[in-house]
Amino acid sequence: MTHRRRIVLDINGERHELDVEDRTTLADALRDHAGLRGTRVGCEQGACGTCTVLVDGAAVRSCLLFAVQLDGGQVIETIEGLVASGRIDRLRAAFQANSAFQCGFCTSGFLVLAHAHLEEHEDTDRASIRHALSANLCRCTGYEGLVDAVAEAGRADAEPGAVTRS
Amino acid sequence: MTTEHGAVGRAIPRTADGHLLRGQGRFVDDLAVAGTLHAVFVRSPIAAGDITEVTTDEARAVPGVVEVLIGADIDLPGIAVDIDRAEYVRTEMPLLAVDRVRHQGEPVAVVIATSRAQAEDAAELVDVVIEPTDTVVDIDAAVRPGAPRVHDDAPDNTLLTITIGDPDLRDELRQEPVHIELGISSARVTAAPMEGRACLAQHDEVTGRLTLTTSTQQPHLVRSAIAHHLGIADSDVRVVTDDVGGAFGQKLGVSREEIIVSYAARRLNAPVRWIEDRFENLTAAVQGHEQRYNATAGFDSDGRLVGIAADIDCNTGAYSAHPWSCALEPGMAAAELPGPYVFDRYHARARAIATHKPSTAPYRGVSRPQITLLTERIMDEAAAQLGLSRAEIRRRNLIPTGSADHVSAAGLSYDEGSHLRALERCLELVEFDTWPERQAVLRNDGRLVGLGLATLSEHTSYGTETFVKRRMAVIPGFDAAEVDLDATGRITVATGTVAQGQGHKTTMAQLVADVFGVDATSVRVVAGDTDVAPYGWGAFASRSAAIAGSAAIRAGRSLAEVLVKVAAHLLEVAEEQVQLRDGVMSADGVEREIDLAELGWTMHNRVDLLPKGVDALALRQRATFEPEAGAFSNATHAVELEVHPTTGAVSLLRYVVVEDCGRVINPAIVDGQIRGGIANGIGIALYEQVRHDADGQCLSATLADYLLPTATECCDVEIHHLETPSPRSESGAKGVGESGTIGAPAAIVSGINDALGHLGIAFNTVPVTPAMITDALDDAHDTHDSRGEPDAV
Repeated sequence: MTHRRRIVLDINGERHELDVEDRTTLADALRDHAGLRGTRVGCEQGACGTCTVLVDGAAVRSCLLFAVQLDGGQVIETIEGLVASGRIDRLRAAFQANSAFQCGFCTSGFLVLAHAHLEEHEDTDRASIRHALSANLCRCTGYEGLVDAVAEAGRADAEPGAVTRS
Repeated sequence: MTTEHGAVGRAIPRTADGHLLRGQGRFVDDLAVAGTLHAVFVRSPIAAGDITEVTTDEARAVPGVVEVLIGADIDLPGIAVDIDRAEYVRTEMPLLAVDRVRHQGEPVAVVIATSRAQAEDAAELVDVVIEPTDTVVDIDAAVRPGAPRVHDDAPDNTLLTITIGDPDLRDELRQEPVHIELGISSARVTAAPMEGRACLAQHDEVTGRLTLTTSTQQPHLVRSAIAHHLGIADSDVRVVTDDVGGAFGQKLGVSREEIIVSYAARRLNAPVRWIEDRFENLTAAVQGHEQRYNATAGFDSDGRLVGIAADIDCNTGAYSAHPWSCALEPGMAAAELPGPYVFDRYHARARAIATHKPSTAPYRGVSRPQITLLTERIMDEAAAQLGLSRAEIRRRNLIPTGSADHVSAAGLSYDEGSHLRALERCLELVEFDTWPERQAVLRNDGRLVGLGLATLSEHTSYGTETFVKRRMAVIPGFDAAEVDLDATGRITVATGTVAQGQGHKTTMAQLVADVFGVDATSVRVVAGDTDVAPYGWGAFASRSAAIAGSAAIRAGRSLAEVLVKVAAHLLEVAEEQVQLRDGVMSADGVEREIDLAELGWTMHNRVDLLPKGVDALALRQRATFEPEAGAFSNATHAVELEVHPTTGAVSLLRYVVVEDCGRVINPAIVDGQIRGGIANGIGIALYEQVRHDADGQCLSATLADYLLPTATECCDVEIHHLETPSPRSESGAKGVGESGTIGAPAAIVSGINDALGHLGIAFNTVPVTPAMITDALDDAHDTHDSRGEPDAV
């Protein structure tokens, strides 16, 4: 029998009391227990990054965390929270303008990843952005639109003339 | 009647899919239906064997388990695809294997429980006893006399042989002044969309109808197949497709899982969901591209291609997949090998060979990446022998400019393209003529750089004739659309195709918006629901823009004609005097104007004001489109790359594409298809390989083993468009969905060979892995005693 327990997760600034098994991943807890289906699951193997969320501001793969690990502790932010807060409006506009998505399945993960990257680095350097984005997989776009979008969003934060292209 | 053109040709953003940027996608697993049960499949762990026992008692005892089904519990026909050829060996793919398994991952049982975790727990407790039998996994072993038979009635495991032309051609070509003997091979790959396969079936006890929400490229075909297998009426099944997380061919036709889930929902009278996990997707889902070619090409002393004779072998796995059958890859290879080249004499013998591997089904490109690799290698080898540049050999052999009625050596009729223009423009952009000097400078610095070149043709928008020639049991050559005007003047397009990221909600809107001169964002596009969308064939083979788009335009025009008739009546003028511009009907000399909102309102609510013969029904117009023949797009790819001698890694430095897909509806979407296609092609060229050991065990079962290109494996792609409008579609558009994948492997291999050719190295296979490169460099070093330059760090 698997062990169940009641945990409290801090998700997008709200307190969620969930009843989960020890083996329930954070990804599954978000989707199936907290009703937040914007975080998607692409591999459950930690390879694709589709399930990326923020934990205390860091981009992490939620399929590699058990929900119980986050009990009463760190701050979890998902795509829903980021959208609602308005903090990724510029990034989302840049995604739209630069063809940074096609099927949309990887998009939540990339938005979260890109947001975390830009929070930490005022990055407009395409090579460095490309490197940061290599953490996640996309099968549709070939990534160029994603790099362009993140560079554009980075430019919007940076001073004029700070764009570097490589 | 005139309209103001505005939407087609513009890179209108995909605001209709903006929900995907808010985490609000509606993929199958996002659908929350109360009482949903979860299905988990028990799959054969071995590739070949006789099932002696399946015990489900322990599994049934797991809390939460509602049902465990094995093959014997399901009295339904398996999936058997017909091809009307005498020599075709028909295979039946059981829904759940009963006596025998033929590939690792073949479903043997299904567990249905109240949670996915419980179903997975129980699945592990289903005891399947299989007596292993001998396996065949590769082509040579499979066709060897006395080889283990995948199917009893195919002693040499050859399920189909397609022959075009005269086999004696090969000997004749060897008499030509220049003849090339070349063998190429291409590894098995898998589509690996980010969303795996998934479906949710719901049975309505009251109406008796089944609704299957599924991640598919072909909702109507799936509907018909489900109805057929369950023995119910087509119209008692509804297939709904909302957001689909990529497909690339893997979600075509019906899968056995979809049938079983549908059956289970009816049997249990409860919603049943199946979500494929990545392990299943990489090991058990349909795969493709495992092919081998042996070709002889003859050239005259002017470097003109006289003919090609090719033996083509396709490892098509254990069963024919629905609805294409194992004939898909060999047939398309044989029919399309001539590509963009002019020559008269052609022979191909193409075989579908069964092995104990998952079935082959369409994966982006379908044999064209392979035939392009072959022909481009042939061209480069011939150029070397003749002392011509790679550019010049192509100039002499590509379909000439202005050829509006080229017929290929395989008998296919091409519409006009821009092969030479694309080539010249691409050569110009990469400064091809001065490349040798630039390369020499870089080589002196110890860098192994190469410039790859590939010219290609993509047969798109296949019509009825193609599928009839293939002798298929279903002929998916047309598509359909309905366009209507609601009472508030809003235009809706219902289309028989469905998107998995191609942005049809935007492109279809653009095509229809221009008929009425309205804003593309005001046009609503609905697709994917078989209760709403007219019967169509979905998205595959680069057909949606050309075929479904043409149906949408026709339906739009029919509606516009009706509206003009009504407006003329209301304005009290002759129909010819009515102008439709920017969504407004007007006539010279008449002050009154009528917009679509007023027309919509009037036609619904004031039928007394309508002219004779027009009623509210006329507000919905339906049209189909069937292309007279395929539309052939063309492209030239050039890629500058660097080979790193110590690691064997290949870095792509610059990638240029000059392409012609006819009329470009939305450049951003077309560019996205090309870049995405090239990314898939980069995977094929350098990274992706579905590997099985001799026992048919899959060795590439995780994404750490099956390497999908990340952002750092891909590069920026400069795309230049030429537009030779096709007369074979209403808009002039040709397809473009697979072109990137078709050209990239050939271009990259060409680049690697250019980088290493001075060392006597030439690759004729994909993927070209780092180990292959370092081995080849080591061999060359041993042979030549010097690499000539220090290792680059």
